[in-house]
Amino acid sequence: MTTATQNRNALALSVRRILALLLRHLYLLRSSGPRILELMYWPTVQMILWGFITVFLVSHSSWVAQASGVLLSGVLLWDVLFRSQLGVSLVFMEEMWSRNLGHLFVSPLRPIELIWALLVMSLIRTLIGVGGAALIAIPLFDYSIFSLGLPLLAFFTNLIVMGWAIGLLVSGIVLRYGLGAESMAWVAIFAVQPVSGVYYPIEVLPKWLQYVAYALPSSHVFEGMRAVLFEHTFRMDLLVNALLLNGVYLAAGIGSFLAFFNGARTRGQLLHVGE
Amino acid sequence: MPDPVISVVNVSKHFGALVAVDNISFEVNRGTTVALLGGNGAGKTTTLSMLLGLLLPTAGQINIFGVDVQRQRYRVLPRMNFSSPYVDLPRRLTVRENLTVYAHLYGLRRIRERLRQLAEELNLGEIMRRPYGQLSAGQKTRVAIAKSLLNEPELLLFDEPTASLDPDTADYVRGMLENYKTRTGATILLASHNMSEVERLCDDVLMLRAGKLVDRGTPEALLTRYGRRNMEEVFIDIARERHLDAALDARKSAK
Repeated sequence: MTTATQNRNALALSVRRILALLLRHLYLLRSSGPRILELMYWPTVQMILWGFITVFLVSHSSWVAQASGVLLSGVLLWDVLFRSQLGVSLVFMEEMWSRNLGHLFVSPLRPIELIWALLVMSLIRTLIGVGGAALIAIPLFDYSIFSLGLPLLAFFTNLIVMGWAIGLLVSGIVLRYGLGAESMAWVAIFAVQPVSGVYYPIEVLPKWLQYVAYALPSSHVFEGMRAVLFEHTFRMDLLVNALLLNGVYLAAGIGSFLAFFNGARTRGQLLHVGE
Repeated sequence: MPDPVISVVNVSKHFGALVAVDNISFEVNRGTTVALLGGNGAGKTTTLSMLLGLLLPTAGQINIFGVDVQRQRYRVLPRMNFSSPYVDLPRRLTVRENLTVYAHLYGLRRIRERLRQLAEELNLGEIMRRPYGQLSAGQKTRVAIAKSLLNEPELLLFDEPTASLDPDTADYVRGMLENYKTRTGATILLASHNMSEVERLCDDVLMLRAGKLVDRGTPEALLTRYGRRNMEEVFIDIARERHLDAALDARKSAK
């Protein structure tokens, strides 16, 4: 067998192992109505809550009146980030809850393949969760986030990637410190919400905090979102900043997960993982 | 000519000040069934974890099929498998779904056919559609063994394969392992607390105490050496740190 054929076979097997893990989690989703409901519940509740706030503010605030979709877009895009991070962390913790990690890691599954499966599952879960809420917003508030057009794809991609990075970091921490640290999965992302400018421009923040904000891909996305809604322009500079930062964030997320994985191999946490 | 499938050379594992495994060396030859015996905390599971590459040794070298498992475990993992009652499968997935996922992970080609074979061999037919979490301990063990046989491994590692099983189911599992070994010539290493299991299945016994390999031999050789009637008595002698001479003296004075 030639080296090229061997490489092709190895790649095919690798893809198959990733698909196997996807299948495992799709089986889980299929068998659990509450899990699917949970995916859609919070994005929908958030969207409805902020939709009514928007309805009120449109007639009372000139800022919101200029672009009535600004709050709803913020809510839905924030949920892309949140769901993406949660998707990675929860799918990983499913393996810990079911005490399945030992079996997974004695199979030929490589850690990087596990990471790929986590990322794809996170994408699927985010599409189900936020997609449902976005569709419900159309008849309820006569607002479609899809009206953002192609920039929506850029915003979505960047927020998904940032969520992946944080999700991988959180998963690594949970692997290191056990399920006692699982609440991190629910709260970690909210540490960046106030400085991401989800519902207000970054310029509202104190100057020193603006530096922190611009170190986050999310703040560039939300600034870009407001540029589209208020000025009807797509800020390429903000997109490039977000993409570059996300490259760094994703590399750091993958690196930290692999480092925690190697640490778990040294400490013996892969076979008997739990609280 | 001995053909070692497992080669462990001067392996130690420390967790801080705790020495879980202390400079052990042994080989396991192809086609043999070897027991890893020792009391709780003797280092059996730690040793198994290192053989699987789940745990990195502090010192020493472990080769499986001639490959260094610390560095290249992915070259040998497709040829081996593992089962333990202390590691679960996803509870909400059915037996068939669980086995299908692992069949893909091991890169199997004719998955349906393989699942049908295993369902037949392990009598899983009636439970294939049931969620794993709803099964009894005995049924779960059979599913775990099915998972461990999916890729027809050349090397099987078991951590207490019959723990918490009733005698009938335990006997069934032992019969399964004997059949598998006879049919495929596989090598089996099992950690166990069940001495009748060891006497029935194993060609060779490795005795661990406080992380050290303190004795080794066939069950028959150990029985003769310690002057005991069964492996349980040998186990107790070793676990209670009775030296060989003292064990023989105790045997003589009992006469």
